[in-house]
This record gives sequence, structure tokens and C-alpha cells, in this order.
Amino acid sequence: MKKLSARRRHPLAALVVLLFALAATGGLYAAFAPADKAKAEEAQTSLAIDEGKKLYAVGCASCHGTGGQGTSDGPSLVGVGAAAVDFQVSTGRMPAQQNGAQVPKKPKVYSAAETEQLAAYVASLGAGPETPTKSQYSLDGKEDAANGGQLFRSNCAQCHNFSGKGGALSNGKYAPSLDGVDPKHIYEAMQTGPQNMPSFPDTVMPEKEKRDIIAYLDKVNGEDAATPGGFTLGGIGPVVEGLFAWVFGLGLLIAITIWVAARTTKAKKS
Amino acid sequence: MSSQDNSKDNSEENLPQQPEGADSGALSKRDDPFANPGLPPHEHRVQDIDEQAAKRSERAVAGLFTLSMLSTIGFIVSYVSFDIDKIVYIFPIGRVSALNFSLGMTLGLALFCIGAGAIHWARTLMTDVEVAEERHDLDASPEVREEVLAGFQEGARESDIGRRKLVRNTLIGAVAMVPLTGLVLLRDLGPLPGTKLRHTKWAKGKMLINENTLEPLRPEDISVGSLTFAMPEGLSEEDHDFHNEIAKAALMIVRLQPENIKDKRELDWSHEGIVAFSKICTHVGCPISLYEQQTHHVLCPCHQSTFDLTDGGRVIFGPAGHSLPQLRITVNDKGYLEAMGDFAEPVGPAYWERG
Repeated sequence: MKKLSARRRHPLAALVVLLFALAATGGLYAAFAPADKAKAEEAQTSLAIDEGKKLYAVGCASCHGTGGQGTSDGPSLVGVGAAAVDFQVSTGRMPAQQNGAQVPKKPKVYSAAETEQLAAYVASLGAGPETPTKSQYSLDGKEDAANGGQLFRSNCAQCHNFSGKGGALSNGKYAPSLDGVDPKHIYEAMQTGPQNMPSFPDTVMPEKEKRDIIAYLDKVNGEDAATPGGFTLGGIGPVVEGLFAWVFGLGLLIAITIWVAARTTKAKKS
Repeated sequence: MSSQDNSKDNSEENLPQQPEGADSGALSKRDDPFANPGLPPHEHRVQDIDEQAAKRSERAVAGLFTLSMLSTIGFIVSYVSFDIDKIVYIFPIGRVSALNFSLGMTLGLALFCIGAGAIHWARTLMTDVEVAEERHDLDASPEVREEVLAGFQEGARESDIGRRKLVRNTLIGAVAMVPLTGLVLLRDLGPLPGTKLRHTKWAKGKMLINENTLEPLRPEDISVGSLTFAMPEGLSEEDHDFHNEIAKAALMIVRLQPENIKDKRELDWSHEGIVAFSKICTHVGCPISLYEQQTHHVLCPCHQSTFDLTDGGRVIFGPAGHSLPQLRITVNDKGYLEAMGDFAEPVGPAYWERG
């Protein structure tokens, strides 16, 4: 201690103290300030937006306008949100091949990372629904599939059919089949209302109800969905069932009748 | 076989040969060109000749009937033993209910074996000797006809029906009026609807309840492009008349940009672009909610009637006869959407007294 106090008047003492002080402040700052991480994330986000903007300029701007404001060939993307981009791009609907009544699902063009960058750019144009997280759409076994069925029949079945097989709309538009659609995409579609589908925002259909609907669709269309009645015949209703009975049921009876009558029972075959 | 004796005609050289001694006289008789060839000689079946074969057939028929009995027992056994929700994999159908599958198969086999056995029995064992039955005239003989007519006339004379006109006319009246009893019973087809078709559960001050969450709706809940279904406040699924009431009161709510609304009245009856329309098609009353959020058209799945929600629910395609009724809405002092009264016109399909 004595040694230290003896050297306190050393010309370099001030420098040493300054160095200690700087190290302590820096250490404390590093320990307590979360700003670093935030900064890094922000940098990453703005990087994603920049990358997304480049992708957008090449792949989307011709229809949606250079600033996402929309043109006569494509709607405005201001405020559609990241969820809409994720749905349209990762189901392959966008970029569209041609104008028409409806843009169909096809193999996707952009990778998951590119989709995220595009989504980040479009989300930066105006606030909209964010891409749902896994906990929002994945099933954890607590869903009420029966309630989901009821919600599906009152909200969705008018277009998508009671077991999600899809159906026709006006002027060449149609509601696609929901068979084998990723739960994330079902969730995003309900949230954002792609193309002519109306949206079902959380204010009128809360997150839990959306999950119930996904659980119902998994129950009727999923990997190990059971059909207690036997053949589903496409699951599109009684017209098909009646037609099947008339064509194949009656056809089989006629075939058997002809077979029976064509064989003679006589001893002398002629 | 019909007789060929009365077919007389001039002969020609190339006609078929006459049967010997069939006729005599100056004119030779021509054969009937459409003569009934009669039945070919009867041929026996194996079972008619060979007693062993007949025994085999008998055993086959009995076997089919026995199989049917076993199948029926199988039906009862499956009914008792399978749980109603047991699912099994059966190629090529897939995962089906074990109970449904076994009940269907056993009942089908039981019925099929009865039919197949009966056919095999009829074809191999029952007699198959050809039998012809001659047709005869439908007319009764003249004697019988005369007798019946005489009897009828005698009855008419003895009953005095021609002379006592009062009796005759009242009888005709009585018989003619009896069918009216059946006509009156048609009244039992149901009570008359009264004014039920004209009114719904909606009334002034009733809040719009979200059908999904059963919570009252606020204007800010409804975003552009969304579709929401609502029912009137105070209606519960527990009510005994819930289905009758919701069938008339069902409501769909969408939000349009106010400048897109072409119809003046629709704009007046909306709230900040939120419009509420009946969900019941005006053609035959199907629930109609195939809403296309870009065109704002609503399509009915039954007969493709299409309504334009930006133009007062006007019919733009299909058989529907009049526009979709709109419900006039506003916001109450707590900030919830509420109705300003019932629908101005009856919802659903037209009827005679609708006006």
C-alpha cells in the first residue's frame, strides 16, 4: 500500500488511472447494456431488407411497382405484411407465371432465406401481419378438433368444402384443396386472406381458434386420417356417392346377370 | 300352334312343298310364310340325366344357403365384439372403421349367398321343361254379355233410379262431396307462417355478436378484406328455437372502402364502410357466404346466384329474384356495433304474400 501511495505522483500515474477507469466503464457497459445485440440484429434486419429490396427489384417490381405501390398488373404490397409474402412466395404462387383468374400453387422459386429477405423488405413498406411463429400454428395436442370442425363449417366450408377438398367460385376462380397444405400456410392464409379469400384476423378469429381449425383439417386430411365409412370418393359429397352407386353398383349387377344368362345349363353344349 | 288350313291362295311354282293330304280341291294351298316353327325338342341338363350331378348341385345350393347363415351369425358377432371407434387398415380402402367394414361385408355376403343359391337352384334343379300357354279372346261370349246387360237393366228398373230423380241427384252430390274430407285434412300440413317470414330476431339496439367468439363486435375488429359472421345479441345455441331464428337472422359483415360503395342507401346504412348483409340467398334460401374479397362479390353455392356487395347487394348473375337485404348498423355509446332495427324487407326466398 505504501509502495502504491509513494508512486501516486509518478508522471504515468494519471495514465494508469485513466486506463483502469476506461476498462471498468467498458466492462460494465459490455456487461449491462443489451444494445450491442440489438444493434447487431438491427444491422441484420436492415441487411435483410437491403437484400430483399434487390430480390424485389428483380422478381416482383414489374407487377407490384418499384416501391411496392402496385400497378395495373398487381396489387399494392404496402401493409400486406411479412405473413402474406411468406404465404405467397413459399407456396410458389408468387412470382406469378401469368395474369389470370387466379394464381395457382406451384414449385417455389425462392429459397427460405430469400423468402425471409423479401418478407422483411415488404414488411418495411408498411405494418402488416408478421410471419407466424411455430408456437402459433403447430399442434400441441391441446387443440379442440371438434370445435375446429364447427368453426371450419361456419367460416371456411362454404368455399373449401366440409372436409377441405376445395371448390369452384365465379369466373374461373376456385378455392384450392387444403389436403396436404402446411399448417403454417393455412395459418397465414387465414391471417392475410390471399387473392380472393377473405381474411380472418385475430380480432374476429383468435389464435386458438385458428389452431383448432388446423387440428380439424389434420384430423380429416392428415397423414393418419381415418375414414370410418370406407372409400371417401374424393370427399366431395353425396352426388359422387350416388353416381358411384349407380354406375358401379348397377353395372356390376348387370354384368353378373349377363354372365349368368350367357352360360347354358344343358348337357349338350351347342 | 295355329292352324294352317285357312290360308288359301293361288299357287306359285317356287313355293315350299305342301304338306301331304292337308287339303284337297282345285286350288292348291300355300304355306303360311310366317308359320310358327313351334318349340325345339326339349334338351336335358346334366342334372336331369345324372343323379350324381343333381346331388352335387343340391349340395352347392345348400352350401350357399349355409354360408349365408354363417355370414348372418358373423354380422351379429361383429356387432357385439367391435368397438364403434376401432380403426383398422384394409387394403385398398385405407383406414376404416372395423365395425362398419365387418357389418357391411357380412350382411352383403349373407344377402348375396341367398340370391346366388336361389339362382343356382332354379337353373340346375327346378324343372326346366318348356310350357306354352295359348292366348284366348278377351271378349266374353255373346250369351254372357246379353245376360249381364239384361241383369243391369232389370236392376236399374227395379231401383227406380231413372224415375226418382231426387234420390239420384242427392246420391251424386254425396259421392262428389266425400273427397272434400281429404282436402280439408291438407290443412294439417302445418300452421300458417303468419308474419314469421317477415321478421327476424334483429331489433333496434341489438349488438352484433361474433359467431366464433360469442363476443360483441367493435368496428375496429373488422378489417378491410375480412369476413365475419354475426348473430343478434340474446340468441343462444341453447335456445329451443335457435336454428329457426339463426336461419333468418344469420348475418355476414365485411368492410369496404366507403368510396367503393356505389349505392347511396348502402352507404347510409353502413358504419365507416362496415356493411352487414343477410347470409340467406334470396333465391331458395341457401346460406351464401362465398365472399370474394377483391371483387366484393358473394356467390351462392347452390345455383350460382351472385350478389355485388358494393352495390346494395344487387343480383349480378343467377336465378335470385331480388337484392340481398342489408341490416342498418351503427355504434352504441360503449363502442360496439349494433343494429338500428330489423331488416327492412323479408330475408330469404320470395313468397306470394311478400309483395
